[in-house]
Amino acid sequence: MNQLKNKRHMKLTVSSSPHLVTGRSTTWTMGMVALALLPALAASVYFFGPRALTLTAVCIISCVAMEYFFNLVLKREQTAEDLSALVTGMLIAFNVPANFPFTLAIVGCVVAIIVVKQLFGGIGQNLVNPAIAARVVLLVSFPVQMTSWPVPSPMFGSSGVTDAMTGPTPLNLWKQGGDVPPALDLFLGNAGGSLAEVSALALLLGFGFLLVKRVVSPVIPLAFMGTVVLFALLAGEDPLFHLLAGGVVLGACFMATDYVTSPTLPLGQLIFAVGCGLITMAIRLYGNFPEGVSFAILFMNILTPQIERISTRMMVRTYERRGQ
Amino acid sequence: MSPFAGKLAALAGFGDKQHLRGIHVQHHKTTEEQETIAMKTPAMVYISMAQHIGVPCKPLVAEGEKVAVGQPIGDSDAYVSAPIHASVSGTVERISKIRSATGGHDTVIEIKSDRKQTPWEGIAVPQPSSHEEFVHAIRNSGLVGLGGAAFPTHVKYNPKNLDQLDTLIINGAECEPFITSDYRTMMEDTEDIISGIQIVSKFLDIERVCIGIESNKPKAIELFNKIIQERELSHMMVSTLPSTYPQGAERVLIYETTGRTMNAGVLPAELGVLVSNIATIAFVGQYFRTGMPLVSKKLTVDGTAVKKPANLKVPIGTPLSDLAEACGGYRGKPEKIIMGGPMMGRTVFSDSVPVLKNNNAILFFTGKQAVIPADTHCIRCGRCFYACPFDLMPFAMARAYDHREISELERLRVMQCMECGSCSFVCPARIPLSFMNKIGKELVKEAKSRT
Repeated sequence: MNQLKNKRHMKLTVSSSPHLVTGRSTTWTMGMVALALLPALAASVYFFGPRALTLTAVCIISCVAMEYFFNLVLKREQTAEDLSALVTGMLIAFNVPANFPFTLAIVGCVVAIIVVKQLFGGIGQNLVNPAIAARVVLLVSFPVQMTSWPVPSPMFGSSGVTDAMTGPTPLNLWKQGGDVPPALDLFLGNAGGSLAEVSALALLLGFGFLLVKRVVSPVIPLAFMGTVVLFALLAGEDPLFHLLAGGVVLGACFMATDYVTSPTLPLGQLIFAVGCGLITMAIRLYGNFPEGVSFAILFMNILTPQIERISTRMMVRTYERRGQ
Repeated sequence: MSPFAGKLAALAGFGDKQHLRGIHVQHHKTTEEQETIAMKTPAMVYISMAQHIGVPCKPLVAEGEKVAVGQPIGDSDAYVSAPIHASVSGTVERISKIRSATGGHDTVIEIKSDRKQTPWEGIAVPQPSSHEEFVHAIRNSGLVGLGGAAFPTHVKYNPKNLDQLDTLIINGAECEPFITSDYRTMMEDTEDIISGIQIVSKFLDIERVCIGIESNKPKAIELFNKIIQERELSHMMVSTLPSTYPQGAERVLIYETTGRTMNAGVLPAELGVLVSNIATIAFVGQYFRTGMPLVSKKLTVDGTAVKKPANLKVPIGTPLSDLAEACGGYRGKPEKIIMGGPMMGRTVFSDSVPVLKNNNAILFFTGKQAVIPADTHCIRCGRCFYACPFDLMPFAMARAYDHREISELERLRVMQCMECGSCSFVCPARIPLSFMNKIGKELVKEAKSRT
């Protein structure tokens, strides 16, 4: 057999097509989410002072470091540079009060990165959102520290946050039948709450950026927030208050939209988001806790594989109908 | 309806339309304004006997024999096959075997060129008077689908339901990045395209012709619109297609131009449609003008590993290394050589393999261009689903493939996949989804053949 000689003895790569890939890698995606969280971070620094920044930094550094060393020790492929741990760190900080002790915040990071993410196999393999799980664990383990909300005092007017300045969140006030702050204050962030859940405006600004960049689809946030509004209307509550108070906007835009722990197909996303909205409102109106967003998302995260199954079957039936 | 709403509708069960939105891939059409240059006749050509779908040809010439340009040197008795002609004049040095891009071994006829390019004395302009004679002439020309499929054209032009054909679609989408040879054909061989269309629609008795061109080629759209208007060719029309990948895929093109939905395993003719690539139809026009069979090909040579990317007209059988030399030589060492476009093209083992009839581009990649980053875990973002022109779920198929669940692969319609590569392209985790589907299809076929 006369094989034609490869004149230049060049080594060529032989691979299956396509031979091009998009620049929008996992790292790019996570980077975009981190960028989208920046307005909320800025708002939290504005309302709660520099401690918001140091708390966020502590969470980011612990999450990324834990991801790095866990992979190192277990000789896994290094995933610390894909920025997913950075996003988790940011979200954990955003879900706790601004005066939350650093040591407890680090406990939250251990729960998120080691227990929820890495023990289940790392990125893409976790059943529930690491940041949501961390928040729920912190909330039930350290209820005092998790609910002593500092009163927002717009920057440059105060010396930052001290323990003496804690007060109830709008949802606490509502639960106890007190007077709630006006909707505009809730929208801008001039009310108590977790670090970055306070300013709906800043969160929506960041989310708008993600929509424009086509990083996330609007199904989950719209259906989640829509369900909350509808439920509040039917229950005779102020819909605007329930939308803007607490963690609905942060949860709907940034936590429930986590690719890994929410359904992939639009129909599944719809079921998931409506479920999130229903459970949130059920807890708020009929439960012991004033806030139910994290429990709702956690619960729907656990149901996601089942929802995924149903929506995949529905798609297969669409193929059948089309004769595909 | 927005693509997203369309998807929702499809999922909710009241949408029957597929979305076919396509994906945005950087065009890289750097050679589009470079006129085609006829390449210097190479010293040697290596003409493969397997340049089409179907039965490979058997050599008609012996070692040492003199041949002229256009002389048949390979043919087969099989119906699905196309004869092969000498692309240079000279002497048959050897008949040997080479490893083909698909991994098999193909017979090649090695011809040493005398650089005179003497045409064969048997060349004659065909004068068919019936559909049967027309099909016979097309067979003699050695024409195969030049868009890449290399399906013998005489078979395509002789469908069982000839009476039911109503539309001829000319594929000028050229949706693959880098390739501009079809665009050059549209600009340079406009008359051959028009006469090719007239001839095919006359003999196949088709009343409607649709030329599909992507919107990133405004000059070509304008040119054809002007000709259609000036000559009152009312049966022809230009369809401006969005510049998204994969507009040029047959099933997508048919849907975009006629609204007819075609599933895998269905022939376009069954929908009353015939699709020909712009280069194929231009060759028909040229063949009925000159009588010269398919012996040369326009193709784009591009990629970071060549000094001067260009559009070349080359004799079939020219070694790829000669093309690189005609483009100023290599810049650095090529690390990946692709026959065709970067989305669906095939990589080759060596730069000494010859040009085939269906090649429309040869890309010499090096450095970053030649590397696909390593894959990471699926983050279940669903971009593969949104990218798929047929609403398939590559993420679910990849899972079924990993577990070798063949019946699940079939249920998820892996056989509908046309391997356009859109899912692999958009995957942020760089998972080779398209490749998994390719193997998944083979697994399904194998399982079926066993039962």
